[in-house]
Amino acid sequence: MKRPEPVGQVRDRRDAALRALVEGVPYVSFLGIRFDRRGDEVTAVLPYQDMLIGNPLLPALHGGVTAAFLEVTAIIELAWSVQWQAMEAGAAAGALPKTIDFTVDFLRTGLPRDAYARARVVRSGRRYASVHVEAWQDNRSRLYAQATGHFLMPEGAG
Amino acid sequence: MIDPVRAARQFIEAIPHSRALGMVLETLGEGQAVVSMPYDLRLVGDPVTGVIHGGAVSALMDTASGAAVMCHPAAPFSTATLDLRIDYMRPATPGQRITARAECHHVTRSVAFVRVTAFDDDDTRPVAMGTGAFTLERSA
Repeated sequence: MKRPEPVGQVRDRRDAALRALVEGVPYVSFLGIRFDRRGDEVTAVLPYQDMLIGNPLLPALHGGVTAAFLEVTAIIELAWSVQWQAMEAGAAAGALPKTIDFTVDFLRTGLPRDAYARARVVRSGRRYASVHVEAWQDNRSRLYAQATGHFLMPEGAG
Repeated sequence: MIDPVRAARQFIEAIPHSRALGMVLETLGEGQAVVSMPYDLRLVGDPVTGVIHGGAVSALMDTASGAAVMCHPAAPFSTATLDLRIDYMRPATPGQRITARAECHHVTRSVAFVRVTAFDDDDTRPVAMGTGAFTLERSA
């Protein structure tokens, strides 16, 4: 009988693969976005910073920050899910999908505190993919924004 | 009577995130705003090509759109984005400034509708185009 792969080795490989995907993108670091992983499930975390504010009177997060946070989450989730099998086989991170269009629905004011987002690949074809993403702050069931985007897959992906 | 263009300029120049991205208010007119952003390596989305991340372009387009709402003759007290859809037509050329031109083309009692286009140095081929709906909070 084949012995299961040691747990530490699996964890290290997956964490390294996610890191390779994310750390190559300067804009992700600029916004301070990190990714929490449970198996293949990824949650993006946007820790609060003063420079993310768009309305100092309220104060509220900038709509552009929320749009960017959702778009980053959608792209990383899509790349991650498409590359999962190759990555499990030990392949390096490939090219990222390109955004064709992105529609953001601002449901509530973004409060000056941490935000979280999780994306779901609704349809992923050879050339095009459609991704839905939800963001919340205090309560998972009270979304503060959601978005849907279409993406062009890199050549040779999947 | 408050001058809406002056109020809009104050509103935009006080936005921390717009300052963090180095945004500059180029022009403001009745329901129209032009806002630009310099090329910045920190905003790169694709390290292979050096192209700016779509999210940073969205932030610029959202800011220009909000500015266009703020300087509409309806003279809103404040505004917030309800919905923003952006089509990315081509990658912005690395090294070039990105400029967003927004027009608030219609307002109701409580909603403002905006069209916005982003260009780099080639102003004949848009980098991205967007449409948005914004809240319109009128002064009491």
